[in-house]
Amino acid sequence: MSLDNELTEALVRTRRFFTRGTVSDDLRTLTKQGGRQADDFYRDRWSHDKVVRSTHGVNCTGSCSWKVYVKDGIITWETQQTDYPSVGPDKPEYEPRGCPRGAAFSWYTYSPTRVRYPYVRGVLLQMYREAKSQYGGDPVKAWAHVVDNPQRAKAYKSARGKGGLVRATWEEATELVAAAYVHTIQKWGPDRVAGFSPIPAMSMVSHASGARFTSLIGGSMLSFYDWYADLPVASPQMFGDQTDVPESGDWWDAGYLMMWGSNVPVTRTPDAHWMTEARYRGQKVVVVSPDYADNVKFADEWLAVRPGTDGALAMAMGHVILKEFFVDRETPYFRDYTKKYTDLPYLVALEPTDGGAYRAGKFLTAADLGQDEENAHFKTVLLDSVTDQPVVPNGSLGHRFGGSGAGRWNLDLGEVDPRLTLHEPGGASVAVELPRFDTVDGAPGSVSRGVPVRRIGEHLVATVFDLMLAQYGVARDGLEGDYATSYDDATAPYTPAWQEPITGVPAAAAARIAREFAANAEESRGRSMILMGAGTNHWFHSDTIYRGFLALTTLTGCQGVNGGGWAHYVGQEKCRPITGWAQLAFGLDWARPPRQMIHTAYWYLHTDQFRYDTFSADTVSAATGSGLLAGLSTADVIAKSARMGWMPSYPTFNRNPLDLADDAAATGRPVGEHVVDQLQSGELRFAAEDPDSPENFPRVLAVWRANLLGSSGKGNEYFLKHLLGTDNSLRATEAGEGQRPRDVEWHEQAPEGKLDLLLTLDFRQTSTTLFSDVVLPAATWYEKHDLNTTDMHPFVHSFNPAIAPPWQTRTDWDAWQTIAEKFSELAATRLGTRRDVVAVPLLHDTPDAMANPHGVVRDWKAGECEPVPGATMPKLVEVERDYAAVGARMQALGPVLDKLGTTTKGVTYDVSASIDYLRHKNGAIRGGPADGRPSLKRDVHACEAILALSGTTNGHLATQGFKTLEKRTGTLLHDLAAEHEGKQITFADTQAAPVPVITSPEWSGSETGGRRYSPFTINVERLKPWHTLTGRQHFFLDHDWMAELGEGLPVYRPPLNMAALFAEPSVGDLQEAVGGVTVRYLTPHNKWSIHSEYQDNLFMLSLSRGGQTIWMSDRDAAKIGVADNDWIEAVNRNGVVVARAIVSHRMPEGTVYMHHAQDRLIDVPLAEASGKRGGIHNSLTRILIKPSHVIGGYAQLSFAFNYLGPTGNQRDEVTVIRRRSQEVTY
Amino acid sequence: MKVMAQMAMVMNLDKCIGCHTCSVTCKQAWTNRTGTEYVWFNNVETRPGQGYPRTYEDQETWKGGWTLNQRGRLTLKAGGRLKKLLTIFSNPKMPSINDYYEPWTYDYANLTDAPAQEHTPVARPKSLISGKDMKISWSSNWDDNLGGSAATAERDPVLKKVGDKVKFEFEQTFMFYLPRICEHCLNPSCAASCPSGAIYKRTEDGIVLVDQDRCRGWRMCISGCPYKKVYFNHRTGKAEKCTFCFPRIEVGLPTVCSETCVGRLRYLGLVLYDADRVLEAASVPDDHDLYEAQRSILLDPNDPDVIRAAERDGIPRDWIDAAQRSPVHALINKYQVALPLHPEYRTMPMVWYIPPLSPVVDVVRETGEDAERRENLFAAIDALRIPIEYLAELFTAGDVAPVDRVLRKLAAMRSYMRDINMGRDPDSAIPAAVGMGEEDLYDMYRLLALAKYDERY
Repeated sequence: MSLDNELTEALVRTRRFFTRGTVSDDLRTLTKQGGRQADDFYRDRWSHDKVVRSTHGVNCTGSCSWKVYVKDGIITWETQQTDYPSVGPDKPEYEPRGCPRGAAFSWYTYSPTRVRYPYVRGVLLQMYREAKSQYGGDPVKAWAHVVDNPQRAKAYKSARGKGGLVRATWEEATELVAAAYVHTIQKWGPDRVAGFSPIPAMSMVSHASGARFTSLIGGSMLSFYDWYADLPVASPQMFGDQTDVPESGDWWDAGYLMMWGSNVPVTRTPDAHWMTEARYRGQKVVVVSPDYADNVKFADEWLAVRPGTDGALAMAMGHVILKEFFVDRETPYFRDYTKKYTDLPYLVALEPTDGGAYRAGKFLTAADLGQDEENAHFKTVLLDSVTDQPVVPNGSLGHRFGGSGAGRWNLDLGEVDPRLTLHEPGGASVAVELPRFDTVDGAPGSVSRGVPVRRIGEHLVATVFDLMLAQYGVARDGLEGDYATSYDDATAPYTPAWQEPITGVPAAAAARIAREFAANAEESRGRSMILMGAGTNHWFHSDTIYRGFLALTTLTGCQGVNGGGWAHYVGQEKCRPITGWAQLAFGLDWARPPRQMIHTAYWYLHTDQFRYDTFSADTVSAATGSGLLAGLSTADVIAKSARMGWMPSYPTFNRNPLDLADDAAATGRPVGEHVVDQLQSGELRFAAEDPDSPENFPRVLAVWRANLLGSSGKGNEYFLKHLLGTDNSLRATEAGEGQRPRDVEWHEQAPEGKLDLLLTLDFRQTSTTLFSDVVLPAATWYEKHDLNTTDMHPFVHSFNPAIAPPWQTRTDWDAWQTIAEKFSELAATRLGTRRDVVAVPLLHDTPDAMANPHGVVRDWKAGECEPVPGATMPKLVEVERDYAAVGARMQALGPVLDKLGTTTKGVTYDVSASIDYLRHKNGAIRGGPADGRPSLKRDVHACEAILALSGTTNGHLATQGFKTLEKRTGTLLHDLAAEHEGKQITFADTQAAPVPVITSPEWSGSETGGRRYSPFTINVERLKPWHTLTGRQHFFLDHDWMAELGEGLPVYRPPLNMAALFAEPSVGDLQEAVGGVTVRYLTPHNKWSIHSEYQDNLFMLSLSRGGQTIWMSDRDAAKIGVADNDWIEAVNRNGVVVARAIVSHRMPEGTVYMHHAQDRLIDVPLAEASGKRGGIHNSLTRILIKPSHVIGGYAQLSFAFNYLGPTGNQRDEVTVIRRRSQEVTY
Repeated sequence: MKVMAQMAMVMNLDKCIGCHTCSVTCKQAWTNRTGTEYVWFNNVETRPGQGYPRTYEDQETWKGGWTLNQRGRLTLKAGGRLKKLLTIFSNPKMPSINDYYEPWTYDYANLTDAPAQEHTPVARPKSLISGKDMKISWSSNWDDNLGGSAATAERDPVLKKVGDKVKFEFEQTFMFYLPRICEHCLNPSCAASCPSGAIYKRTEDGIVLVDQDRCRGWRMCISGCPYKKVYFNHRTGKAEKCTFCFPRIEVGLPTVCSETCVGRLRYLGLVLYDADRVLEAASVPDDHDLYEAQRSILLDPNDPDVIRAAERDGIPRDWIDAAQRSPVHALINKYQVALPLHPEYRTMPMVWYIPPLSPVVDVVRETGEDAERRENLFAAIDALRIPIEYLAELFTAGDVAPVDRVLRKLAAMRSYMRDINMGRDPDSAIPAAVGMGEEDLYDMYRLLALAKYDERY
């Protein structure tokens, strides 16, 4: 053998003589010695001085531990840590965890977008300086002089977002900020101040920094989980739990995995390997997705469902499972599971309708049986099949509180064998009216179906199970009504044939997947899992979609089983040491209660989006409803919820709450009485009833760790117009006469520029910083200490500074202490110590959840009841604010903990030992208002405090908490934590390596013995009730408003019809005048940004298309003459977007994707439609609030922060897309 | 027999999620410098797609790698050494910057420094070559996830070879990812193309490097490499390429791309090969025989003769031990599920790939049968959403039989393991159907699914 040809060979042969080295016999190789000094370049390149552990504290569920490399004091690059504790020899491991976004993060450290110094809007700073010299150097008077004058205020507000930021010193910038806080509190009240920073789990101390300051001064912390539309409202509804999901390692345990609206490779990049690897164990994988998403590549089957119709598919699958596994054949595992762990056997009283039929009413309770024991209205009833008598089992809400329930709050049924059905040959049945919404426009309709009944006392009752079969349309012998005749019956909800024209999924496929899912669950005893995501959770009616999913996992006994159940991964991160974080973040160690606001309602009112709602709240009511929402606008509904104490509402009253306390004191009466009198006389009103009146504006907003105006702010243009008062591209028209709110005041002229100060702390420029009045330079995640956890894995690990914060940047912890000290200095003489009236809603996991028996609406303002704080209206609590001491209190753990301990999810902990420990660990403060208290001066101190005060990281507390809980449940629990009773995770432990957390009553799953975390395993295995009315998982919700919306049971509701609601064109309409096509507009997560970095990162931009893009199908593109990479404009009433098109056949016709949180800062030209800078993804969206999301004060439908609240959903939107001029200007 | 050791890599494409973490960590560690903006030692391509640089696999255009001349002798496709010498000053077979992309940055400073103005400040793209404003029209990964499919993926050179097997219709969509680094070939055409002798293959581990002192910037290596994995640093005027992270390998660390692969799909290991048979294997006449020929020159590290010869040739005992424990050897030669990339380039590439299995059953579902059943599963291989012919053009010079065998093994593994997963008795007929024993199939499952750190590297 040889090469080339003879001549070459001869030439090459000469190498043997001319070259030092050995030529191989076949002349192919030449082997030489030495000469490798040139390798040194790469050796030098690789060398580094140190490697520091850190992670990314953005809104990222990854919680990946990283190695940050440092050379010559410069951060060079990062790679992933691989030292996670093992999950055992027979499973894959968590290493290496990471993604390209995180791997590109270090670019920010020295990038030209880095905020290096404090900046203030030039026109504002100039006016402030002038005023300050005019007022003898008084910062507060200077601030008042600027903001209280309409011309001056307009001058700087209208300049927002238009450049002109100038450098300031920390001293001057924080003085201006502190002055704004002092002036606002003095003039308008502390609840006119708000703070926004999302998802504490990703960097708890950084979150707690500003939250602590905001809470200590009495400001409102805005929620995030509901605002991001990541909160699955179905979870509180069904489980009484915010969200609790399996770690990704538990995907491995599943035998059947459906990924439904969750594009795992993109949105859960570090965890995706569990899915790919579990397939090798024989796991079947099904993907339900409108497009050929990244995860479809891994699926055995792809169901290309039409966007937003997932609920129809889920309902049809439920139909199949109920029919085949409950009716045609009894499945012992499913039967036993649902009897014990769900509300299916519970009795519901039927109410007669005007038409002679019935509708589902309220759960039968012990009170209905004539029993007058404690909390009888909250003890639900089922039929014992042994005695055939109604019984009141343990474990309901009525047992959770009060003396008689001690030891009885458990799921132990004893000798009782619940009856699932009342169906029997010749048995009685009645026609029940059931709601349906399955027309194209979602208009309400109904069907009538026979339901087996029994009379108990004065009540005609049915079981939830029998109602479910009727709702799903599963026929049985002897039952009349509009039941489906077969799977092929396309007219009857919810057959497989019925869903096909709605979803586009073949009926046979829907039935078969349902059958396989259930058969796998039966054989494996619950190891079927649905991994669900934002594709299905960001819709207006997502709670109904999710209840359809959760019915599948719950009917088949998959909840509370490793490898089974729901796996909801939408933004949520689990702040595992939640108790410790909460004390710090809300200043619970100094004063309680804090102000915690539902973010979506806040901006719905304060960005005036409510003014553009042209339909009434009962647009979403059911045909089977009784008109409870008739005549109300959505704003009216929010005001109603606020005054009934259901949901929080800040600012609360149209009066400064400090002055209100003074007024009460002046009258010599308790503040509660005073406020009730004032409200009844009409002298005092809820601010939510008049959000456009200047005394009710939000005045100061601080944003850190967030990009409100570039990312999460639905209705971006409304923010710009009404909140900020600057240029915008809003095109919507306000509601006309007859479309306006009934109770909420309407101002002819909508306010613009409500906000006096927008303060942002960030390390890079964003839409939020560019529109801010003050920007403070923040340290990055590689420049501070902090803690990080997630739901995706069971570890807690640390941030550590690879370098000190460069230029003039500061850590959030440091920056907020700086602000607090300056604030206290200015406040000492101006505010001093005041009393503050805090209105607190009726809270979940407290006896407040029993304020409204049977979930009946009682509005005192409508004369339906008396206004009673804590029952029919918010609790009114007086809190002392020592404003001079805020700076000192920021830096020390306060004394309230010693007296009251901590409380999480209804369990109170005595933390005195932890306080002592921290006093020694962190050192004590000497002198001042916090004398002798444990120090929180440094971020490391805060980390230690969080770890010491939480059961997940302090085995003593976990064990203590379980022992406390045992007194209520009467079951054994504390052994779950006993293996770690002596374990106290320290910050140093987390610096060495990720540390597994401890099983604690703060969460519902067990990690005992090193098992994978799956939610509700403690409920299932230890018979601990869910935090619901029955104590079981709820298919049925009997609140008045749930019935009004027709959502008492799982139901299909289509996407909102924007043509009907807002006169937008219909999807598919060609707009020939503008050469556009109307498409559904979805904003899923982006492969190249979010969550661990952002769209502006040069590496990610180089790997993608370098700017804002919209993905569209080749078919839609062809209709409007768009080629790949053409400039296009998307326009609807909410605003305008300019982007480049990515045309691909993997997109379905009629739908476009504009990936979330691209920002207007990168290569966005001026829009033709507006002449202004093209918008962001949220320029085309707006807030739409579902009335059922503001229900409160009843069982699991009670408020807790980020547990329940209206979602900032945005998926129902449509837009017109057209090709624009390819000549763009900037 | 002359035994030599080679560091090699296997990537399990069936697990690749296309996240590009490998590309970014590699870039950050090695090429985030002036002159190498467009250089991606590691890149990830969406298939179908054009690859990076565009259409690099079209050797009729680029003339990379080796070919057999009329007398059956191996010769550089771009012409023999004489031709190389004669054309040294004009090299027409060079991708231009447009075949890569024009690297850019943004005017980020404007965001901070913009004076008060009418509109919101914006950072416009600026060419890193000309410094001027530009419209971005191509990038290092422009056609990611089938972006622009009609305008991009249809020009995929591999696609052209499989004709009308692929339709760009929503319902028939398929894609997979192909991560690529330098192949560290046993028969590197880059080295053979270099007029300066600057490219060398290290004797101890086979890593192919460019001597930065000797490189004269002729760029013949760029033309010669059919994978286009040698890049030109336009600042230093030297060629640069993936180093297999030798500074890490030498101290026992995996390459950056391997260790940071969150799909956990990369395996590193030592293989022993017979250096005396490389030319013979690279010269087999039929392209379809190249895969087997390439596999056959890898030596069995457990064979006593091989061990003796290896010791004779100076390979240390711990290296022989490493070759015996090598997951790469197991995947290539024991389980025979890893295939070389474009063996028809005859460079004997040493980065091997397990072809993607999924999805297989969505065609079967239309028959109404349970696609998870073994008898149906095998039938489904023929109905892969990803056409098997496409995979064969990548890995076996178009011969579908070896690809089919691999996919059947993967399918059999899933089917066999499902019984175990569900607590049923395992069925020995399943591994037998693909010519494997139960224990071998189980061991392969552990290597592919558990893929523990110390077993991957």
